[in-house]
Amino acid sequence: MITNVLKLVIPSKSSNESFARVAVASFVAQLDPTLEEINDIKTAVSEAVTNCIVHAYKESMGNIYITVQVIDNLTVKIKVRDNGCGIDNIKQAMQPLFTTGGEERAGLGFAVMESFMDKLSVKSKDGKGTVVTMQKKLSIRIS
Amino acid sequence: MPVKIDVNGELVTAYLEGEIDHHSARVMRNDIDSAIERNMPSMLILDFRDISFMDSSGIGLVMGRYKNLKKNNAELHITNTSPQIYKVMKLAGLERLAKIDKVGSK
Ligand SMILES: Nc1ncnc2c1ncn2[C@@H]1O[C@H](COP(=O)(O)OP(=O)(O)OP(=O)(O)O)[C@@H](O)[C@H]1O
Ligand SMILES: [Mg+2]
Repeated sequence: MITNVLKLVIPSKSSNESFARVAVASFVAQLDPTLEEINDIKTAVSEAVTNCIVHAYKESMGNIYITVQVIDNLTVKIKVRDNGCGIDNIKQAMQPLFTTGGEERAGLGFAVMESFMDKLSVKSKDGKGTVVTMQKKLSIRIS
Repeated sequence: MPVKIDVNGELVTAYLEGEIDHHSARVMRNDIDSAIERNMPSMLILDFRDISFMDSSGIGLVMGRYKNLKKNNAELHITNTSPQIYKVMKLAGLERLAKIDKVGSK
């Protein structure tokens, strides 16, 4: 059961990278996650949002749509969507170290999302946009 | 100023400040590179004590500086990484490029 939802629409300005990850982190903080869990989520959101700004809307501006769903007060499901250029080979894009971003990019954004979250899925249509969905189950702690 | 530079002979220390993401990395990169160019250090220390967050843009920042230093056969040392930063660096295998000290380990 979905127990809480956050929806956020922001333009692809790089100054919004910090805002987006902090907003999602403070929404998730209600569930009393561990510091490591909150940092994992913050880092993964930062990767997904940055990819919209750096790649999807490379030469342009567009909206980034972020949805966070809390399932059974325990699992956090995050969707980050753009209407940008799309990815034509998703498998290749998700390979660690693959980048079209040039010298200063490591090509590790997807690797970070994959390893810091429990589940990651990427759907994309060339020229239409990309949706990244990721999920993490928080640890149960006896309070 | 997101980067404070300290020069001690051939040792240059760059104290980074704030959060490292794609938005903030550019200014830091320019500051560190001009310090390398000006001082030609044999060792550069990147001190992360005042960095509260970093994503893969920070990996790019470290890897790029490593490549720059290598041109002059200089070494890179990373100090005072928080658990969040250490985890990202570890995932990227940065310990193969530089010695990485966690925060609190002298
Ligand atoms: N939202 C997106 N729209 C279009 N292309 C994307 C998107 N996200 C990722 N990509 C493509 O996938 C590649 C890999 O992304 P990933 O985040 O793993 O690495 P990077 O962004 O290139 O580098 P880093 O994240 O380490 O700075 C990108 O270089 C880009 O070509
Ligand atoms: Mg990326």
